[in-house]
Amino acid sequence: MDPLRRKLLRGVATSGLLAAAIAAGALRPSRVFAAEWNKGGFEAKDVANVLKAIDAAAATDSRDIVINAPDIAEDGAMVAIDVVSNIPGTLSIAVVVEKNPYPLAAQFDFSNGALPQIALRLKMAQTSRVIVSAKAGGKVYIARTEIKVTVGGCAG
Amino acid sequence: MTEPTKIQAELKGDAVEVRVRMAHAMETGQRKDAAGKTLPAHFIQSVTASLNGKPVLQAQLGTAISRNPYFGFRVKGARAGDKLAVTWTDNKGESRTDEATIA
Repeated sequence: MDPLRRKLLRGVATSGLLAAAIAAGALRPSRVFAAEWNKGGFEAKDVANVLKAIDAAAATDSRDIVINAPDIAEDGAMVAIDVVSNIPGTLSIAVVVEKNPYPLAAQFDFSNGALPQIALRLKMAQTSRVIVSAKAGGKVYIARTEIKVTVGGCAG
Repeated sequence: MTEPTKIQAELKGDAVEVRVRMAHAMETGQRKDAAGKTLPAHFIQSVTASLNGKPVLQAQLGTAISRNPYFGFRVKGARAGDKLAVTWTDNKGESRTDEATIA
């Protein structure tokens, strides 16, 4: 028996089950999406893999993503940043700290009147670029800023 | 044991400004104790904020979020007296929900 064929058949059987579960109302697609922690993204140590996991590998640079952040952060344990996407129809925003041991910091989905903006506090191990991606209209946009860190905040 | 989440939700113009502060150690799994033993990761993985029961913000978090996580965001279409609830769940399966009334 061809192992690839077996694998394909198994895949079909599993997706069939999933479709049946959705049809039966056991799994509501929106809920499933929201509850699913992006394990691949959060456990990736390599920025390229993180960008893939948040669909930002081929993202377009955008000046409509505004990152308000300090140029220099004295304490890497708490770096306050504020992110706003001015791209119409933005549904989600992700924040990546390039030089952290696990670069993906957070992903936010906005719905039911929430504006695509978020204020948060990051831990930064060292001076690093911070990457923000935004999904809008089926496309992904990206912006970057560098934050210098005087005292790192991951191991300390 | 978990401690209450502080939620401030205040109408400003046509949007409600929400500030949320959760009480959580957000242990990264990178730190060591005095004996040199690594402290296991313990952090909030998901947060859902709902307005009158409808989700407005759904966040997934990694270990790069500061201790006692703070988030600020804005929601259009809310009114004074509406309920804003915040639920978090951490990587050990612990969870809690708190609610505030919009002022």
